[in-house]
Amino acid sequence: MLDTAVLIALLLLSLSMLGSLYRILKGPTMSDRVVALDLIGVQIIGIITLVSVMLRTEAYLDIVLLIGILSFLGTVAFAKYLEKGVVIERERSDDH
Amino acid sequence: MNVQTIIEPVIAGLILLGAVLGLLSSIGVVRFPDVYTRSHASSKSSTLSILFVLLGAFLYFLVYLEITSVKLLLAIVFVFITSPVAGHVTGRAAYRSGVPLWKRSVRDDLRHVVKPEASQRQSASLEE
Repeated sequence: MLDTAVLIALLLLSLSMLGSLYRILKGPTMSDRVVALDLIGVQIIGIITLVSVMLRTEAYLDIVLLIGILSFLGTVAFAKYLEKGVVIERERSDDH
Repeated sequence: MNVQTIIEPVIAGLILLGAVLGLLSSIGVVRFPDVYTRSHASSKSSTLSILFVLLGAFLYFLVYLEITSVKLLLAIVFVFITSPVAGHVTGRAAYRSGVPLWKRSVRDDLRHVVKPEASQRQSASLEE
């Protein structure tokens, strides 16, 4: 029963990933694509967790944390680029 | 009747509920009309779906393999903290970069607050 549930969940998550891909390809503005990329990061976390359950190993759980951190950083960098035009801004003042 | 038999439907239900919530969130991202409603669909329900999936996996590793996976707990806490932040940041970037609202939106509370600052920033960048 558990294996069947994991397989169905994998199928549903893959379908939702296809939906996000559609939004990335279609999205009228760049912000749509950033939102869909963030969603894809979250769905990758779910898929890797389910694969780890299906293979009965905990070897992939490091990747879950890693992709969570990387996806968050990527989203923040993209948002900052959209908002200000640069990712890393240098605050320079004339005082020193 | 042992613990595994009892906990198996719970884990299956948690994982399936998480997957269904993820599918609903993706349908929202495909169907909604503008960035802000899409961000509403993608941030909240996907966070809940991933929390359910990770909690089911944590229970699975705890009961079946007798591993208390601290990494999964950390991942739950991390996703729970960072996903709202990411949603806020993307929505804010969308508004400040001038993405229009849906044409049938009835209310825009930031209209008089954000736009002057944005034009100020543009004039400042022009002066540079």
